[in-house]
Amino acid sequence: MDLNVLVCTLVAAPLLGFLINGFRFRSENGIIAGVIGTASVITSFVCSVLVWLSLAQRPEAARFLRLHLFKWVEAGDFVANIGFIIDPLSVIMLLVITGVGSLIHLFSIGYMSHDHRPAKYFAYLNLFIFNMLLLVLGDNLLLMFVGWEGVGLCSYLLIGFWFTDQEKAAAGMKAFITNRIGDAGFLLGIFMLFIASGSVDFFELWQWAPSVTESAWLSPVTLACIFLFIGAIGKSAQIPLYVWLPDAMAGPTPVSALIHAATMVTAGVYMIVRLNPVFIVAPNAMLIVAWVGALTAFFAATIALTQNDIKKVLAYSTVSQLGYMFLGAGVGAFGAAMFHLVTHAFFKALMFLGAGSVIHAMAGEQDIRKMGGLKKKMPITHLTFFLGWLAIIGVPPFAGFFSKDEILWLTLQSPLGSKMLWLIGGATAGLTAFYMTRLMLLTFWGKSRVPKEVHPHESPMVMTFPLMILGLLSVIGGWIGVPHVFAELPGIGGLFHHIPNILEHWLDKSLSPIPGIAEASAALEFSAMASTLLVVGASVIAAVLCYSPKNNLSERISLKFSGLHRLLLNKYWVDEFYFSRIINPLIECSRGLWLYIDVNFIDRMTFVAGDIARGAGSFMRGLQNGNVQYYAFYIVAGVVGVIMMCSQW
Amino acid sequence: MLLSLVVFLPMVFALLLAFARGKATIRMAALVLSIVEFLVSLLILKHFDIRSAELQLVENVPWVSRFGINYFLGIDGISLWLVILTTFLLPITVLASWKSIDEKVGGFHICLFALQTAMLGTFLSMDSILFYVFWELSLIPMYFIIGIWGGPRRIYATVKFFLYTMLGSVLMLIGIIYMIHLTGKVNGVFSASFLDFYKLEIPFVGGSLLSPQALLFFAFALAFAIKVPLFPFHTWLPDAHVEAPTPGSVILAGVMLKMGTYGFMRLAIPLFPEASVYWSWLFCLLAVAGIIYGALVAMVQTDIKKLVAYSSVSHMGYVILGLFALNSYGATGALYQMLSHGISTGALFLLVGMIYERTHSREISKYGGLAIALPIYSIVFFIVTLSSIAVPITNGFIGEFFILLGAFAKDKTFAIPATLGVVLGATYMLWMFKKVFFGVEGEIVRQMDKQPHRDLSKRELGLMLPLLIVIFWMGIFPDHFLRWSKSSLDHYVNNFSNYELTITPGAK
Repeated sequence: MDLNVLVCTLVAAPLLGFLINGFRFRSENGIIAGVIGTASVITSFVCSVLVWLSLAQRPEAARFLRLHLFKWVEAGDFVANIGFIIDPLSVIMLLVITGVGSLIHLFSIGYMSHDHRPAKYFAYLNLFIFNMLLLVLGDNLLLMFVGWEGVGLCSYLLIGFWFTDQEKAAAGMKAFITNRIGDAGFLLGIFMLFIASGSVDFFELWQWAPSVTESAWLSPVTLACIFLFIGAIGKSAQIPLYVWLPDAMAGPTPVSALIHAATMVTAGVYMIVRLNPVFIVAPNAMLIVAWVGALTAFFAATIALTQNDIKKVLAYSTVSQLGYMFLGAGVGAFGAAMFHLVTHAFFKALMFLGAGSVIHAMAGEQDIRKMGGLKKKMPITHLTFFLGWLAIIGVPPFAGFFSKDEILWLTLQSPLGSKMLWLIGGATAGLTAFYMTRLMLLTFWGKSRVPKEVHPHESPMVMTFPLMILGLLSVIGGWIGVPHVFAELPGIGGLFHHIPNILEHWLDKSLSPIPGIAEASAALEFSAMASTLLVVGASVIAAVLCYSPKNNLSERISLKFSGLHRLLLNKYWVDEFYFSRIINPLIECSRGLWLYIDVNFIDRMTFVAGDIARGAGSFMRGLQNGNVQYYAFYIVAGVVGVIMMCSQW
Repeated sequence: MLLSLVVFLPMVFALLLAFARGKATIRMAALVLSIVEFLVSLLILKHFDIRSAELQLVENVPWVSRFGINYFLGIDGISLWLVILTTFLLPITVLASWKSIDEKVGGFHICLFALQTAMLGTFLSMDSILFYVFWELSLIPMYFIIGIWGGPRRIYATVKFFLYTMLGSVLMLIGIIYMIHLTGKVNGVFSASFLDFYKLEIPFVGGSLLSPQALLFFAFALAFAIKVPLFPFHTWLPDAHVEAPTPGSVILAGVMLKMGTYGFMRLAIPLFPEASVYWSWLFCLLAVAGIIYGALVAMVQTDIKKLVAYSSVSHMGYVILGLFALNSYGATGALYQMLSHGISTGALFLLVGMIYERTHSREISKYGGLAIALPIYSIVFFIVTLSSIAVPITNGFIGEFFILLGAFAKDKTFAIPATLGVVLGATYMLWMFKKVFFGVEGEIVRQMDKQPHRDLSKRELGLMLPLLIVIFWMGIFPDHFLRWSKSSLDHYVNNFSNYELTITPGAK
């Protein structure tokens, strides 16, 4: 089929689904709404696969296509079109969004079966997919921004889906406004880049960027990249704007899986990779990206150590894994960042859906202290979650291992990276292994602490099927990016000679190479890999020891370091800090402005002016007293005055 | 003759309505007539030459020939959409008054049509005295609309409204008279035509407030700044809005504020280019102050209508910022923002009015959970909120984007804080939305539950629907609108320092 038709269909299908379900938003029939919603995304997925296949048949250099729809807006020399870009990078995103999206829609049919507004839910979910596709396919920054704000809007609607709960509504609002701060940065980035390059079109930007050389901190492209990265910080929940993501867990769990783990929050990474020729010429901006990523990865992982809400643990874990992606992008390993984006989409969507399955089974309970021993009650959920666990902590050959390892290795190897960054990344891998093992232990293993009135049960097929598919992908998902160094393995290396690094080939033409990267010895790469694995292994053992029922080591440790424990449990009091130091003072200040400037100053001035006018009026009235002698005096005085003025000129 | 027809048809309608009897008849007649006026105004599009930057459909008849005052109407890409906006909003306003205005219905509609004539005349006059007459004329019906059909503190509000705007107008009149005097001095014959004003070279001394150009510039600018209203001349607006009946607020926010920004675009900036460039920092500063100040103050309001009024201060600040960016992005954005603010703030006032008719309260804290009680109303309100906070694919985004781009291209120190205004804009609107629509049902909402048919009626849906369509139309296909204005805007920006408007020879 014609590529253009395919692309239009794949974008239009979720929009149509949104409109149909949107107009029947009162419907309470979850099955019909779910089928409409899911079918539209599956249609998109099928189209995406066809697009991918047809792109794969083309020669490598001819895989950059553009579908121009119409001229959107023009002012002076600024032109932005509605047009789509179809290239290896966007196709990867298409497959992830519509593929994982289809599974999550399917899962939602089961999860939302007891809700009384299913049509509205699926309408929002479809709208989200539509906006995400716009974001990914847009062929210029402005159209990307449309999707960028659109997904934020859907996120707002879905977090606050159960809006009668004031707290959930507040979480939605917090997400939107925090994202807006990032969006303001994104806008400034667009302005800056446009003024520097004269275009917002990706193709033109790619061509223009290599001609730029700059090293100063305040040079335009560096500033543009920093502004754009502020946008990414907001959307992808990095320090200091990550605070909305944990609260976003107020939404239905499949939403957390789709929006707040697999797709939307990775938009920042995608944006940087999309603009990689621009970012690569701004090493200072790259330095910021890498450091913010690394610090966020570490910082969020420490918070995840102590959280007791199953979704909060996963949320902080997501923040942390996103940090890895930015670390990768920041050191110039754009391919590795994309790779981790893909594998993370698989295993984190899996874990969130698994958590959803658990929450569904536990009748809404999210506290892992009240779980335990669910392995027997929910075998499929447990098994798939187990695969996700192996993937995220990075056990070879599961998906997370390959992508995380590539990021860490390139952090060490790239001239843009450093040993310090690598150490932070490695330490984070250890923390990740610890908190994820803790989550497994408290939720699925050990003795049951489930309250008597709750009867956990395995979820229906419509929910477990997506889990199984995602479980499979968490196992094999990493095999698209097997590093070349495996061919050097002593003994079995020969086996890997024939396994190509599929992802690297696929993205080859889309990514700028890391400038000045040196060839490295296989021994060094293996020892780096081995040391990470060692840290991970040690962390798993430590977690098992801490949380084994025989000794209450975890409690002893938390008592011993109670200050640190409280600090982590309360998430470093960052939210409290924002409220007491920024938001409340701002509101107080606004109230003061209004009272003192509007009400008490300007208005009072107005009336003072009014009084003066009236006073002047009555003074003048007094002059007109009807006495002819006075009038004669005025005339004489006037004449004298005029003569005096004239004589001066 | 078309422009005269567009301008004076409402006046004729007003006279006709004076003879009509019975509320229902008057209302229906007014609706039909206002739609007729809208259709007639669409004829302008048919005769408008999209490629030309000249003044079109010109009518020029001597009026007071001794002082060169003419009855001179004309239209170009700058005024075109403001005219259509005015005629488009009127039927909606008429329809919105069916429930909110129940006394002296005939008088109300007469005022409304008279106001329409005045506003259209302001946008179409190319003669300064004619412009001034229409400009002042618009005050009188609005004075009555607020003063007769307004809320409890209406007298206070009308006096304040009148005082402020009169102060500006008087200065403008002095400026106009001086300009006419100048034309007489330079050309030997007096002329009140804008076209002759543009040709004047008025001496300007940078830094001196007392050079003739600076004085004239400020005389005009102050009149327009009060109308916009630009911070710190804005305090008449919240009071006027809160006291005005819903249709009054819609017209006030939707069209009348644009008379101020239009004045900047048509007169203050092109007439006094050196002064505009020299003092642009001041206006950018006040605009940014207004954007931030309006948003912050909106955040602490307890009355929905006052919140929307302060949001207008913030949004109109963007328009001024765009105008004084003095480049094509800024000018395009400013023009677009004028239209889209007319649509979205007009719609917000309509929606606030609808809920007020049901509950007789605008106290935000008394609401809550409205989304359950009035689902359709909530959806409509939400879409309008999105348009107000400039979410892409709604009308608000395009204008704001270009204004900020223009400001950024001019001077980053103004653009960066103005961009932060985007965040604040979302904050107060969403905060209000959360308080009113989300959470558990508030005290008023529970009482309302007992009423049948509480969600939007067919009439209310019917009057909101055109606005919703335009919100998306302007957001998705901005080029449908902007291409009509492109020639004029390019001409305006490219010939900035010696701006002139011409008329094709042969045209009347």
